[in-house]
Amino acid sequence: MKKNQLLEKVIHGVFLILGLITVGCVLLITVYLVVSGLPAIQKIGIGDFLFGTKWASTASDPKYGILPFILTSIYGTAGAIVIGVPIGFLTAVYLSKLASPKVKSAMQTVVSLLAGIPSVVYGLVGMLVLIPGIQAIFGVPDGASLLAAIIVLAIMILPSIIKMSITALDAVPKEYEDASLALGATPIETYFKVSVPAAKSGIAASVVLGVGRAIGEAMAVMMVAGNVPNMPNSLFQSVRFLTTAVSSEMSYSSGLQQQALFSIALVLFFFIMLINATLNFFLKREKE
Amino acid sequence: MKGLMYVAVGLTAGLALFLLVYVLIKGIPNITWELLTTSPSYISQKIGILPDILNTIYIVIATLVIVLPLGVGAAIYLTEYASNKKIVALIEYAAETLSGIPSIIYGLVGMLLFSNNMGTCLMAGALTLVIMNLPTIMRTTQESLKTVPQSYREGAFGLGAGKWRVIRTVVLPGCVDGVITGCILSVGRILGESAALLFSAGFAHALNGLIEGLSSPGATLTVALYVYAKEQGEFGVAFAIASILMLLTVMINFAATLVQKHFAKRRSS
Repeated sequence: MKKNQLLEKVIHGVFLILGLITVGCVLLITVYLVVSGLPAIQKIGIGDFLFGTKWASTASDPKYGILPFILTSIYGTAGAIVIGVPIGFLTAVYLSKLASPKVKSAMQTVVSLLAGIPSVVYGLVGMLVLIPGIQAIFGVPDGASLLAAIIVLAIMILPSIIKMSITALDAVPKEYEDASLALGATPIETYFKVSVPAAKSGIAASVVLGVGRAIGEAMAVMMVAGNVPNMPNSLFQSVRFLTTAVSSEMSYSSGLQQQALFSIALVLFFFIMLINATLNFFLKREKE
Repeated sequence: MKGLMYVAVGLTAGLALFLLVYVLIKGIPNITWELLTTSPSYISQKIGILPDILNTIYIVIATLVIVLPLGVGAAIYLTEYASNKKIVALIEYAAETLSGIPSIIYGLVGMLLFSNNMGTCLMAGALTLVIMNLPTIMRTTQESLKTVPQSYREGAFGLGAGKWRVIRTVVLPGCVDGVITGCILSVGRILGESAALLFSAGFAHALNGLIEGLSSPGATLTVALYVYAKEQGEFGVAFAIASILMLLTVMINFAATLVQKHFAKRRSS
């Protein structure tokens, strides 16, 4: 009997450790990023690092200012949200409220496909369709630009926005809508003035999720944004995002340059944590 | 408003259709038997993607073999053992955080944590992917465990079984569907992953066996696509790989839907 109890205790302990692995991973990632990211920030100075407008890591007098990357990431994400959210939101309202079950299930397959396409495939199509397209339509010498990245990101965040908004809209109690319809409101009025406000936390969460996707995307953006560390002054400029700043120099960097790349990752991680906290806030409100 | 909604739905559907058709039309003519069955050679200036296909299979196997026990174990702890609400909340918060971290950060951490200690190799990439896919396996297993009726457990306890025995004989068989769904989702994610692997698993195209392959650097199909398109300008090969990935994506989505439907039916009957 004692042996059995011991066995049970050991097994309980094993499962506890397995359960805590996720917590360990988060701690490990945080500690590694902070430890490897801080030295360069200290050496460069936090002001010069975050607000310096010039990045020239391989110059004889190297400059490590990442304001261009931060602004590019913010503008790029904002642009993707401005284009992607209206399309995703309207699609979600249609699929949740107006579409026949057949159309809804067909479109859900389509949305899952969009979500499953690897980001390098988006990048590849962007390189061969979007970049020449922008060149031809706007008559600019190089189409690899902030605009191309914004369009690719807008498409890539669509599935997250549509899926999460549909879940939120589907959860709106039917009675709310029936009451509104009974009072003489048209279906469209009902959906936009009753259903959408009732699902607003979930829809807000879908937007935040989209922001997280867009700011964290690396490979597709790397293939279409041009990767020159310019300040993002125009839509047609070749730019570098926080994510692509990390990956484009990593393979040949060393010393302070590499440490600075880790610091960029730390800044990105900080943004992501902020976004996650916002997401959790909206999700919790949705549950209530 | 209705008109705008039609435009939005049309745009979404049109985009997906365009991507699928465009990639397949550009890619399928470039898929040849030779491309699929050889490795690249500088001497004859030919490109073959067999090593990349094998690397992808190796990394999928290695990742799943490691992540399954971890993810299922964590899920069992959460649903069967955990009585402290704070610990449950902590673990769930950690899992949510993990699923929100972008793959480029995983790539960097994988490089620091694994590649710097064991060298850039497929195994380092697989370990990086283990952390990425842990929340997925955990969540799908947890959902399926919640559907195992409490009365089954009580019945087994009533017959005098210990906790471990109940888990082995009642709980584990009940989570098969969650594990399968989790596996399908994870395979999809591994196939599509590139940023996390670029610096942890490297981008070599050497032809290796499983064990040798795991301990040497190698590109998966997705990484190979990136290297061929961005670094070498070999768009024909890139599109061939893209169309293979596209077909796999469609198949995985189909399998996931099928499995979910199958288990939903079985559960309700």
